Amino acid sequence: MKNIDKELADIVGSEFVSNHPEEKFIYSRDMGTMEPAFPDLVVMPNTTEEIQKIVQLANREEIPITPMGGGLTLSGLVRPLKGGIVMDLKRMNRIIAVNEKSRYVITEAGTSQGMLQAYLKKHHPSLKHSVPDAPPIATIAGNVLIHGSGHISQSGGFHSEMLNGMEVVMPTGEVVRIGSCATSPYWFSRAPLPDLAGLFLGWAGTTGIVTKLAIKLYPNRLFNDVKAFVTEDSEQVAEVIHRVTGTQVAEDVNVVMSSRMPGFQIVFMTYSADTKEELTWKRNLIRASLKKFIDDNVGGFMVVLPVLKGDFLEVPMKNITQFADEMQGGGFEYIGAIMPIELFSEAYRTGIEIADHFGIPHFIIVRVVGLGHCMMFAYAYAFNRADEADIKKVQAALEDTNRKVLQMGGIPWKAEAPAQKQIIEHMDPNTFALMNRIRAVLDPKGIMNPGNWEV
Amino acid sequence: MYELKYDKDICATCETIDCLMRCQYMEMDLESARQERERILNGEDSRVLTDCVTCYACEEYCPFNNHPFYLIVDRQEEKGIWPVPKPATNQQLVIMAPQSDIAPKKIQSPTINMCAFSMLEGCIRGSLFEGTSIISGSDIFCNIMWLHFAKNSTIRERLPKAIDNIREYYLKDSDVDELVHFHDECYGAYTHLAPAFGIEVPFSSIHLFEYLIRRLDDLKDRITPINQKVAYQRPCSSRLIPETQHFVDEIFTRIGADRVDRKYDRENALCCTFAQQAQQRDETADDVLKRNIDDMVEAGAAYCVFNCPACFFTMSEAVTNSGMMPILMSDLCQIALGE
Repeated sequence: MKNIDKELADIVGSEFVSNHPEEKFIYSRDMGTMEPAFPDLVVMPNTTEEIQKIVQLANREEIPITPMGGGLTLSGLVRPLKGGIVMDLKRMNRIIAVNEKSRYVITEAGTSQGMLQAYLKKHHPSLKHSVPDAPPIATIAGNVLIHGSGHISQSGGFHSEMLNGMEVVMPTGEVVRIGSCATSPYWFSRAPLPDLAGLFLGWAGTTGIVTKLAIKLYPNRLFNDVKAFVTEDSEQVAEVIHRVTGTQVAEDVNVVMSSRMPGFQIVFMTYSADTKEELTWKRNLIRASLKKFIDDNVGGFMVVLPVLKGDFLEVPMKNITQFADEMQGGGFEYIGAIMPIELFSEAYRTGIEIADHFGIPHFIIVRVVGLGHCMMFAYAYAFNRADEADIKKVQAALEDTNRKVLQMGGIPWKAEAPAQKQIIEHMDPNTFALMNRIRAVLDPKGIMNPGNWEV
Repeated sequence: MYELKYDKDICATCETIDCLMRCQYMEMDLESARQERERILNGEDSRVLTDCVTCYACEEYCPFNNHPFYLIVDRQEEKGIWPVPKPATNQQLVIMAPQSDIAPKKIQSPTINMCAFSMLEGCIRGSLFEGTSIISGSDIFCNIMWLHFAKNSTIRERLPKAIDNIREYYLKDSDVDELVHFHDECYGAYTHLAPAFGIEVPFSSIHLFEYLIRRLDDLKDRITPINQKVAYQRPCSSRLIPETQHFVDEIFTRIGADRVDRKYDRENALCCTFAQQAQQRDETADDVLKRNIDDMVEAGAAYCVFNCPACFFTMSEAVTNSGMMPILMSDLCQIALGE
């Protein structure tokens, strides 16, 4: 690769370019099981214009670029599989505008979940955004672009569905706007224009670099509560989800199952209201929706003591992430399978079988997305990063999980490069051909995060 | 094994049927009460078995100490009635199971038994508890809570083991033969329930309130009367041991607390609603909680004082929202001691 250090330094400043081995080490990996892939350079731009210049330079020299947000997918999506430049966007973390009336925020791509959460709490306490159960340094843009989900996803859908618009630097250096902001000063919607957002959502950074985006905000209500419903029969859970989501009351619905409490499925439902009376009314709606299971003695609400409710209403929920270090040693990865609700029981049994087969404690958490239209079924595996055998075991479990998810009819979410290949094997060949044609048009020199979505 | 010591003839000839007639959650006239009593005695279906909110109060109301509530729970279990849905009951059976992580520990008198509430060991502090030993953990859980779940079988199975553990791991090698029970449930379990089921208890029991009175007397020179109106929330397990209730007034006298005169106190006390929530009776729980707290507020209480940690955790948010301070009895005493 041609030495472009000086040109990059001229664009972003020398302190924001590095080829130091310690930085290359850090940017070569994440906390998951994927093998490291080292960049040649790391660069941290501060503006869209700087990104444009970097992309034009990379295009000229045909150097790969891997755009990076928080780097927390755990599936190694920002490892530079073919070397080149890792473009870390964390300096671009400005919150540009909040529209209170139309409930959206425009922000730069490096803004973290924690920053936006804190900003809204301070300046717009009546509004909130959907926060994933990830560390607060995860970025808004990264999570939208991987089709993430969070604490309002049951009512609001995937985070990509909460996207109103984007500014994107194309692989050839042009800056384009997607959504209403392409024709209006307002970033209110992707409709009614041809929806070009799909060119960048779910592509693992292979079609362009998002520099700004607008996402929907939601009412942040004063009264919040949680209900927990327990069953011992996984066959019941799909119907539980179907009924409770049918009330359109719960903002977030999660199901938790773990080897610490084998045989039980616990469905957590959070909801909020402007008054205590409204909160009680919503509680009663949820209760009524699940009365059949109580009458049949196959399910029931647990008492969640007020003193414990804070743990379940916390956003993001620390209790869930504690599992990430279950094995000690800081390794954690999961397969988040997107699948229809009716596959719940089969997916659950499969998860238990895989965990038992590999001798790994099972921890499964399911987030219902979009009024029960589908779910993110997460098979989580913690491991000790200092134990090579442990890593290999979890890698095998992950591969097996991806294979079985696809056999069931689900699709691995934010799939690591090997899992992308597994998905492509199941994909309609014409669909994959279309993906390749689109990418060839957008990125003729193939510089954008190469190695992803490839056979 | 561990048969309930219960005399059917006493119930059959009881004329007042206080156990049912005085129930605060089921309304019935004397004739209905007679019919339901007959059904229960004969092992037949009775609405009492399904409508009971398991407040334990009938144990207190029975003038013959004939254990009507324990009988109801036995009958519920015999009939396969699940007051709390089966999955939630089974989950609690797992959560509250002994973890077998108990280890021998040398203790000294006085020893405070915290039962399963290890998380409250921090309450054992200050001059009230100076020099005490503490025991706690799942392996010495008194298991009386299963009365709410129609699971006397679990009590029969686990309580003797908990007693064995206390003896084997704590008492055997220590010169201690009495325990101070932080919670009414344990005192009720060891002095009332265990004898009723013929379970031997190899130690004597001191109620926390009796212990507090002794310590307050020792420390009386340091007491500054709190001069506050206080409502007392009786826990369900205090219904098993009504003979201990005078301790509440005696403590209040010593610390200068004014026990508010209210409708739902003493024998008319209302549940904290934990059991009702577990039994999926949210509307009943809402009503009971509101009546209870409104009653405290109308009586002018500044504090709501608890013995039972479960009551405390269940009610504290609502108590706080109504402008009172929820507090455990030992903490209230510590305020009077300036600690």
